[in-house]
Amino acid sequence: MASLIGFYSLFFSLGCSILILLFSFKNLKNTTNFDNKLLSLTFLQLVFIILSFFGLIIAFINSDFSNSTVFNHSHTTKPLFYKISGTWGNHEGSLLLWLLVLTLFIFLFLISSKKQPKKYRVLTLLFQQIIIIGFLIFLIQTSNPFAQIYPVPSEGLGLNPILQDPALAIHPPILYLGYVGSSIIFSSVLAASSTNYISKEWAKHIKQWILISWIFLTLGILLGSIWAYYELGWGGFWFWDPVENVSLMPWLALTTLFHCVLVLEKKLLLTSWVVILSIATFTLSMSGTFLVRSGILNSVHTFANDPERGLYILIFLFILIFLSLIVFFFFHKTDGRNKITFFWLSKETSILINNWFMMYFLAVVLIGTTYPIFLDVLSSQKISVGPPFYHKLIVPFLIPFLLAMAIGPKLNWIKSDLQNKFHLLLLLAISLLLSFLIIRILEISFLFNTILFTSAFYLFFITLRDFFIKGFKNLAQNIAHFGFSLLILSILLNNFLSNEVITNLKIGETYRSDELTINFEKIEKIKRQNFEAIIGKFNVKKDDGIVEILKPELRIYNQPNIVTSEADIKTNLLSDKFITMNLVQNQEYFNIRYQIKPFMIWIWFSVIIISFGGFFSLFKKKYEK
Amino acid sequence: MYGRKVKLRFFFILLIFVTLSLTIFLILKSLEENVVFFQSPSEIKVLSELKKKKIRVGGMVKNKSISVQKDELNFIITDFKNEIIVTYSGVVPNLFAEGKGVVAEGYLKDKNFFLATKILAKHDENYMPPEIKAAIEGK
Repeated sequence: MASLIGFYSLFFSLGCSILILLFSFKNLKNTTNFDNKLLSLTFLQLVFIILSFFGLIIAFINSDFSNSTVFNHSHTTKPLFYKISGTWGNHEGSLLLWLLVLTLFIFLFLISSKKQPKKYRVLTLLFQQIIIIGFLIFLIQTSNPFAQIYPVPSEGLGLNPILQDPALAIHPPILYLGYVGSSIIFSSVLAASSTNYISKEWAKHIKQWILISWIFLTLGILLGSIWAYYELGWGGFWFWDPVENVSLMPWLALTTLFHCVLVLEKKLLLTSWVVILSIATFTLSMSGTFLVRSGILNSVHTFANDPERGLYILIFLFILIFLSLIVFFFFHKTDGRNKITFFWLSKETSILINNWFMMYFLAVVLIGTTYPIFLDVLSSQKISVGPPFYHKLIVPFLIPFLLAMAIGPKLNWIKSDLQNKFHLLLLLAISLLLSFLIIRILEISFLFNTILFTSAFYLFFITLRDFFIKGFKNLAQNIAHFGFSLLILSILLNNFLSNEVITNLKIGETYRSDELTINFEKIEKIKRQNFEAIIGKFNVKKDDGIVEILKPELRIYNQPNIVTSEADIKTNLLSDKFITMNLVQNQEYFNIRYQIKPFMIWIWFSVIIISFGGFFSLFKKKYEK
Repeated sequence: MYGRKVKLRFFFILLIFVTLSLTIFLILKSLEENVVFFQSPSEIKVLSELKKKKIRVGGMVKNKSISVQKDELNFIITDFKNEIIVTYSGVVPNLFAEGKGVVAEGYLKDKNFFLATKILAKHDENYMPPEIKAAIEGK
C-alpha cells in the first residue's frame, strides 16, 4: 500500500513540474508580480516527493518484500535503524532522496527570495524544474524504487553489512544536501545571468546558498572519511580513492566559488568567473554521481552495474552543460563593468592567487581520477593512479597556498599596504623556529618539510592572534582558516609519527619488537541480532610498561553472508590506537594490524572547525556592522 | 604605446597560458612516474623484459594455495591459463579467500614470483572487479 502511494506520488509530482513549467512561461510574459500559484505548486510537488519518500521508508520498516528495492536491500532480522537507513543505501532510494533535496531546496529558495526580482525567481524555478524533471523521468524509467515482485518473497537479500553503520547511515543525506544544494546555485546563476542580474545584491543573496551547500558537503565528506577510517579498516583519513576524489572536486570548486562571490559582493569583479564556477560545481556533482553510479569506478557506492542508467545520466549531463553554455555565451553580458583594475597587492589579488591554486588542485584531482578511465576506453590498458601522484603534485603547492591564506586577509580591498609588518615577521620567525625544532626531533628530511611546517604554523599563529586582536571582525573567515591550518598541521604530524605493525598470530601467541609486544590472548563468540561476532582480546604492552586491552571484532553476517572486521580504536587527545584482525580462510593464523595514529582526532576536529566557520558566516550579520 | 588596459589583459593572458602549460607539464610528468599498470598472469608470462616499476596483478586465488606463516603469506593468482606465486606481508582484506577474485599490487621478482605490497579489498561478495573479469576471460 505504502509502495503504491509512493509510486503514484511520483507521477503527481511530475504533473506538478509540467504545470509549473506552463505557469512560469505565462508568468514570464504577462504579469509583473510573481504568480503565487507557482509557490503553491512547488509546495505541492515537495509534499508529493515527501509522501513518496515516506512510502519507501514505510515499505522498508514493514519489510514489504513485494517491493523489489526492499527485497534487494533489506532483511527482517536487520535492526530498525538500518532498515530505515537502508532506504537510501541503494541506487533507487538514494535517487529519491536526491529528488527530495532538489524539491526541498527550490521551495526554500522561493520562500526566502521574496525580495529578489520576479523574473529572476521565475527563471531559477524554471531551470530547477528542468533538473527535477530530468531526475523524475530517470527515476521512473530506469530505477523505479517501487517496482513490484510477484510472487512475494518471504525474505529479503539484506543490506551490505559494511553499510550497516551509524556514520554511514547519515552520510548520504548530509552529502546530498551539499551535492544537490549546488543545483540551486546552478539554476540561480543561469537565471541571474540570463536576466543580467549578476550584481552585488545577487552575490549577497546567493552567498547564503553557497555556504549552506558548502557546509553540508564538508560534513558529508568528513563522515564518509571517518567511516572509511574505522569500518573499512583503511586506517587513515584520505586515500585518494576515486570515490573520495569525486566528492573532493565539487568541494574545491565550491570553496573557490565562495571566495569569488565575496569579491563579487564587494567589488563587482569576476562575474564571468563566478558563472563558470557555479556551472562547474554542479557539473562536477552530477558527473561524480555518474562516475560512481554507473559502475565505472568500482566501490561500495556502485549499487548496480546498469549501463542504461549510466547512459541516461551522461545524456542528461550533456544536455545541462549544453544549456548552461548557451545561457553563458548568448545571454551573459559582462557590460564592460569590469573596469576597475587590479592592484597587485590587494585582497582580491590574493583571493585570485588562491583561486589559481585551487583550480590547480582541482585539475590534478580531476586528471588523476579520470585519466585511467580514458586510457581504458582508448587503449584498453588498465592502470591506477595512487597517492604518490597526488602527494607529489599537491603538497609542494600547499606552501604558497598557506602563505597566501595567512597574508591575504590582512590586505585591504582594491589597494593595500601591509600594516603591522613587525608582527607578521615576528610570527614568521616563531613559526620557522618551531618547525625547525620539530623537524630536528622527528629526524626527517630537512629543507622541504621545514618550509611546509613553517607555512602551516604561520597561518596557525596569524589566525590565532587575530582571534584576540580582532574579536568579532572577520571571525567566520578566521575560524575557517584557523581550522585549515590545524588540519594541515595534524595531517603532517599524523603522517610523520604514524607507526604500524602487521603480523600473523595464532591464538595465544605474542608478537615482540623493540617498542612493543602484542599478546593475542583469546577469542570469544557472541551471537547478535543479524550477525555472529568473533571478538579477539589483545594485550598491547609498550616499552613504558603500560598495558592496553584492545578488542577488535570479526562479524559474520547472516544475510548477505559476508564477513566484516570491526576495528577497535582507543582514542585520546594525542593519538589513536587502532587494531584490526582478519581471519585467513582455512588457516589458524589471524592477520593482525596494529597502528598508532597520532592526532587523528584533531584531523576530524579541524574539519568540524572549518565547517563551523562557514556556519558562523551564515549568521554573522548579527555581529557585524 | 598600448593602453594600460591592453597591457594588463595581455599580462593576464600570458599568465594564464604559462600556468596552464606548467600545470599540464607537471601533471603529465607525474602521471608517467606514478601510474600503476594492471596485468594478468598470462600477460606477465609474455613480457619481454621485467621492469622495476610497481604493477598490479589480478585473477583468482587458486584453491588450496594459501599458506600463512608468522610474517608472510603465500598464495597463487591464476587466470586459469597461467599462474603466479605471490608473497605478501601485510593486511589481508576480509573478502580475500581461495577461489575468489583478488588484485595484488607490488613488484615482479621474475615471471613466476611476485612480491606484493598491497592486496586490494573488494566491497561485495558477488561483485567482481572489471579488471579481474577481463583478466579471466582473457580480454
